Formats: sequence, structure tokens, C-alpha cells
Amino acid sequence: MVAGTDTAVVRRESPAVRWAKENLFSNWYNALLTVIFGVLFLWGGFTLLRWVFFRAEWEIVRANLTLFMVGRFPRDELARIWASNYLIAGAIGLMVGASTASAAAAAKEAGLPFVRSRPRDWIQRFWPILLLVAILLQFSRTWTPTVMVLGMVAVGVAARYAGLNLPARVRRYAWLIMLIMLIGAYAALSWFGGVELDGWGGLHLTIFITVAGILLAFPLGLLFALGRRSSLPLVRYLSVTYIEFIRGVPLITLLLMGAFALLFLLPPGTQLGSVARLIVAIMLFTAAYVAENVRGGLQAVPKGQTEAGQALGLPAWKVMRLIVLPQALRAVIPAMVGQFISLFKDTSLLVIVGIVELLQVSSIANSQPEFLGKGLVDVTLPFVALIYWVGSYTMSRESRRLEKKLGVGER
Amino acid sequence: MAVTTDTTAGTGRPPFWRDVKVLRIAAQVLAGVGTVALILYLGRNLTTNLTAANIPTDFEFLKQPAGVNVTGSDFRPSQPISDIILLGIKNTAALSVVGIPLLTILGTLIGIARLSNNWLVRKAATVYVETLRNIPPLLVIIFTNAAVILSLPRMQDAVTPGNLFVISNRFLAIPWATAGDNSGTYLAVLGVGILASIVVWIWRTRNFDATGTPHHRFAWGTATFVLFAIVGFFSLGKPFSLSRPEVIDGRIIEGGYQTVGPYIAVLLALVIYTASHVAEIVRGSIQAVAKGQTEAANALALSSFQRLRFVVLPQAFRIAIPPLINQFLNFTKNTSLSIAIGYAEITLVVFQAIGNAKPAPQLILILMGAYLLFSLTVSFVINLLNRRLQLVTN
Repeated sequence: MVAGTDTAVVRRESPAVRWAKENLFSNWYNALLTVIFGVLFLWGGFTLLRWVFFRAEWEIVRANLTLFMVGRFPRDELARIWASNYLIAGAIGLMVGASTASAAAAAKEAGLPFVRSRPRDWIQRFWPILLLVAILLQFSRTWTPTVMVLGMVAVGVAARYAGLNLPARVRRYAWLIMLIMLIGAYAALSWFGGVELDGWGGLHLTIFITVAGILLAFPLGLLFALGRRSSLPLVRYLSVTYIEFIRGVPLITLLLMGAFALLFLLPPGTQLGSVARLIVAIMLFTAAYVAENVRGGLQAVPKGQTEAGQALGLPAWKVMRLIVLPQALRAVIPAMVGQFISLFKDTSLLVIVGIVELLQVSSIANSQPEFLGKGLVDVTLPFVALIYWVGSYTMSRESRRLEKKLGVGER
Repeated sequence: MAVTTDTTAGTGRPPFWRDVKVLRIAAQVLAGVGTVALILYLGRNLTTNLTAANIPTDFEFLKQPAGVNVTGSDFRPSQPISDIILLGIKNTAALSVVGIPLLTILGTLIGIARLSNNWLVRKAATVYVETLRNIPPLLVIIFTNAAVILSLPRMQDAVTPGNLFVISNRFLAIPWATAGDNSGTYLAVLGVGILASIVVWIWRTRNFDATGTPHHRFAWGTATFVLFAIVGFFSLGKPFSLSRPEVIDGRIIEGGYQTVGPYIAVLLALVIYTASHVAEIVRGSIQAVAKGQTEAANALALSSFQRLRFVVLPQAFRIAIPPLINQFLNFTKNTSLSIAIGYAEITLVVFQAIGNAKPAPQLILILMGAYLLFSLTVSFVINLLNRRLQLVTN
């Protein structure tokens, strides 16, 4: 650059060149690194693309797509899964619509501008999931799943529209409608002669266990978090003991407990399916981590808030319920999403105790006669990894977005 | 409200159902009795169920023979279960001891790379972190085992680069030292060497503090130790010799230090997986160091290496220690996933024993106890250390 001024020739650099000089070739070792990593990127990208489009034998995934999605769920009962998915799509649409409407109403009341998210924002936020759905659908041999998924999207959009236009009085009970729809989704699967939990599998079971695990662990975790912050020494010690015990052991030990020892701890003659027992184990495990997250949230609430509540003459439980918890739980949301992600990844451990989840499906597919001994684990495992990656990556970005939006961790 | 206070004002104490002291004690008694009752209830169910199923309720089964072989060790099936559990603990430790330094180094490098001013390096590190952080560690382990270890040549066709290493899909080996005569004395000499280098280190530091001449204490200390090591080695008549691993009729390896394929698979997989988390911690900690520190270092015209080495990293590591330790514990807990590919660490050993119809509740209790003991010990030591290392503010 100095040389340019010396010779009095004003070289006009395009912004791209200047950017490259600053970011890629600022000195000799940076240039060297750029060359090394550039070659690495090109080679890696080329190998990956060649593998995806030419080398990999996707036949094993195509032949086993249903197995990956729902495990050994009886094939003549698949309509139940679609029915429950429609209900879930409706519930999510309704919730999104209703919460957007109430946020808009609150903003209007406060006289603040309200920016409604556009379809483009949704694509930006959830593109990995859209991509995954597209990939899954192109693996399908029939058009039924595509039609069904489009139908689900239509139901979701319609429900969102309905949620947006609910009268304010009904809108307050939107969560109740949603809850009923979710219970309906479960009922569609396993009530009225449906399929018991032990018959579920694949991605479907993975998602169910993750959601059920978090929902069941939350109340227990909240209890332990409050216990750990309690002023009663005995309650505090008991909570700390539980939390530290669980956090000190790996999840697999609890899963072994759920699979092989839990029935011994229950009254003789108790009937509990293996998936249900493992959900109990996951709940006990996750509760300890939830408790630590909630404790973090409770600590973030300034002490003045509690004191103000006491000054108003509120009893302790009301101070907690009306003043501290609403602020604490808001701050905990991003951490809870993080917990959700790690539980989602941890469901892979269920393969060890014989549950038909994604990794198990991968090995089942590879032991089928037409694929046995072909070493196609190299195809099925990346496929499973893609599913996990899309779920975790999308949620972790959502968590970061929420963190920014809620202003958590800002000093 | 007002009326109640008026009536109790005379006695000085509220009625017992509103007396905070009484309520506090009552709540604690309730919690304590509830917990004890729950434990007793579960315990009674346990003994009833176990007795009904004709399963022993004590720990006598630990003395029974394990009845299994362990690949790559001289464990005999006639040895008791307690021995195989100890072997499992040893194998878990073998993973942690080797893995933790490796993942710290890899994670630190990637964490620094994420903040590089070279765009490509930054992107490469981001791709690494965002890919590995978002897939389950178990999947990484199984994939590493299938794609890397199992695709290595069979024992019969094992690769032996330079006659120093043996690489095959069952066993891998590196050269190792075998002890000869005077090996004990030599180890003692090495010990003295370490002490001497510490003395030299302190002397150089004091000299630096007093006179300001460059201390070069690391070079001096190392030189002292190397001097002891070399002089001792030759004066004691070569107490250690290099043992090269050799494949004997395509079945077993003799000499060197050997290990099984699954060990390398778990080690490799968990190191690259955990390094992605460590990288995020390192990046976060570096970014948490006040910006003025970097600017001050630049104002002093320190090179970018000097800035990292003497200004930023020492402060960043203080911030990073607690979450790093958490990752080390996670690494150790994740070694339990070896169970999926058959490396005989404690979880697999216990799982096998349960499969051999040994009482599950007791075995799981032992398993949990072992991990818990380890976690609590590490947390305790680290808390002590952390208190010493933290910056004293105010």
C-alpha cells in the first residue's frame, strides 16, 4: 500500500480485493494459512459433494425411510401418526398465532411499535428444518408423505390465522385448547386400540421422549431449585444431595437403572413398559440439570425484588410466585432450550438399552439381508447425524436469538 | 389482620400455627420424614421383589468368578467380579488421563482459530465447532469406530511403519520402554533431576526479580532436567531400552505398549467431540477479557503471539477454568459410551455382569458410586485450586 503512494500511482482497489488483503493475506503466515485452508476447503467440499451425489448408496435409506421415521410402529396403523401430526401442527399454529396476537395487543396498549415476523424471517430461522423435510421427502417412494406434509403446513397456517383472530376473551384460554389438542395427539396414537409406547420408534419416539422428558422434569427441577435456595437447612441439604448425585453420574447409569432395576423399586406387580421406565429415568436425570438452570435464573433476580414484595406484606410463597418466579423463569428460557438440545442428543443413548431409536434403526437396516456386510453404516450414520444436527443447530440458534431478545446475560 | 396482631401483642408470640420458628422446624421435619419414608418404602419394595425373584440382596456375588474374557488384557474368566470392576475403573481412567490433555490442546487451538483474523481459518473453526457440537457423542464414537478403526487392515496384514508402530483393526501398539538393570535407581535420579530443575527455576526467578536480567527459567529448568536424564542414563549403563512392538503369527503383539481398537476409537471420538465444546469456552473466555487489555498490549507493540501468551491467555484461562473442569468431567462421564463399541471400561463391565444374571440393583449402585466418587473428588480438588487461581478483585 505504501509502495502505491511512492510511485504516485493511485491504484483503485475494489472492495473485494481490499477485503481479501485484510482478511486473507495480511502477512506471510496468514497467506500461507489461507492457501492451506483454501486447499483443505476445496478438497473437503469436493469430496463431500462427490460422496453425496455419486458415491453414497442412498438405497438403504430409501428402503428404510419409514423405519427411520417411526421405527416398528405397526404399518397398518400409520394413519394414527398422521392424525396426531395434524393435531400437533394445528396446536403449534394456534399457539404461534395467539401469542403473536397477544404480543401485538400488549405492544399496542404500551404504545410501542410491533414488528410482525414475515415468512422470510421464518425461512431464515428454520431453513435447516425445511431442508431436512425436503431431503426426507425426496427419499420417499410415494407421494403420500409430501401431500400429507403440505396438508400439515396448510393446517398449521390456518390454525395460526385462527389464533391471530381469536377474540381476546377466548385467546386467554388458547393454551388450554392447545393442551387439549396435544393430549388428543397422544390419544390418537395410543388410545382406542392404538399402539402402546413400547411399539413406537425412530425419529418419532426420539422427539416424543425429548418433549416428555423436559415437560416431566420441569416441575421436579423447579422444586429442587427452590429447595436449594430455601432458608431451611435440611431442605437445602436434601436438594443439594440429589442434584449433585445426579450430576455426578452419567446418564447411561440412570438408563441402566431404568431398564434393569426400576421395577424392583416399585411395589410388586407394577406394570410399566420399558419406554415408560426409561422416560422416568430421563426425568430424574434431567430434573437435576433443570434445577441448576432455574437456580441460575433465581440468582439473577435482584434481591430488591424480594424485599419489595415483603415490604408490600405479601407472604413468602406469593413473593415467589408473583414476583421472583416470573422474572427468573423468563431468564431461564435460553438455558432450558439448551437442556432440550442436550436431551435430544442424549436420546441416542437409548440404543444401549434396546430402544428402537435412530441409531438402533441404523444398525437394524445394516443387518437386513440385502444390506448386510456392505459397510453401509457409512451412509446410515451420516444420515442420522444430519437429523440430529438439524434439530440441535436450529434450536441452538433459536436459543441464542431468545437470549438476545430477552436480554439475558447482558451486563 | 389488624385484630390478630392486637390479640397476640400481649403474649409477645403469635399462635404456633403462625409462628415462623415452629413452622420452620415443622417444614424440615416434614421434609426429613418424607425423604426417609420414601427411601424406606423403595428399600422395602426392593428387598421384597429381590427375594421373590430369588436374587441375593447382598454383595456376596462380587466374589463369584466373572466368567468373561477381556480383549487385550490378561484377565482370566475365573477371577472374581470385583477384579473385573477394578479393571473397568482402570480402563476408564486410562481414557481420561490420555484424553483430557489432548482435548484441552485441540480445543484451545480451535478456540483461538475461531478468533483468528484470517477469514478462512475462522470459518474452518466455526464449521468444526458447529458440526460436532450438534451431533450426539455416541454417534461420533460409533462412526469413528466403523469408519476409522474397523477399516484398518486386519491383524494378519497389520501395518508397521518403521517397525515402530503396529496398526490394525484389533490391536494398535507404540514403542515403549522396558526396564533393565538399575531402572529403579534411574527413576530416582530422574526424581532428583526434577527437584534440581525446580531449584534452578526458583533461582532464575529470584535473580530476575533482583536484577531484571532475563530469567529464561523454562530453558534453564529443562536443560537441568535433560542433563540429569542423559548423564544418569549413560552412567547407569542404559537402564531402559526401547521395546518395539512385533506381530507374532498375525495374532498377538509382543513388546511395546499395546491397546485395543475400541480404545483408540473412543479416545479419538470423544477428544474431537469435547474439543468443540472446549473451543467455545476458550473463545468465550478470550472475548471476556477486557478489550483494553488487548489494546494496551498493542500499544506496547507486543507481537500477536506475545499478546496472547503474556496478556490475554493468562486472564482468559482464569475465566475458563470452572467450565473447562465441567467439560473434563463430561468427558469422563461420556467415556461410559464405550459400552456401544465394546471397550471394557466400568460401564461395559457392569453391563456384562448384569447380562450374566448378576443382581442389577447392587451393580448399578457400585457403578454410580464409582462415577460419583470420581466427580466429587475432582470438584473438591478443583474448588480448592480455583480459589487460589481466581483474580482477586476489589
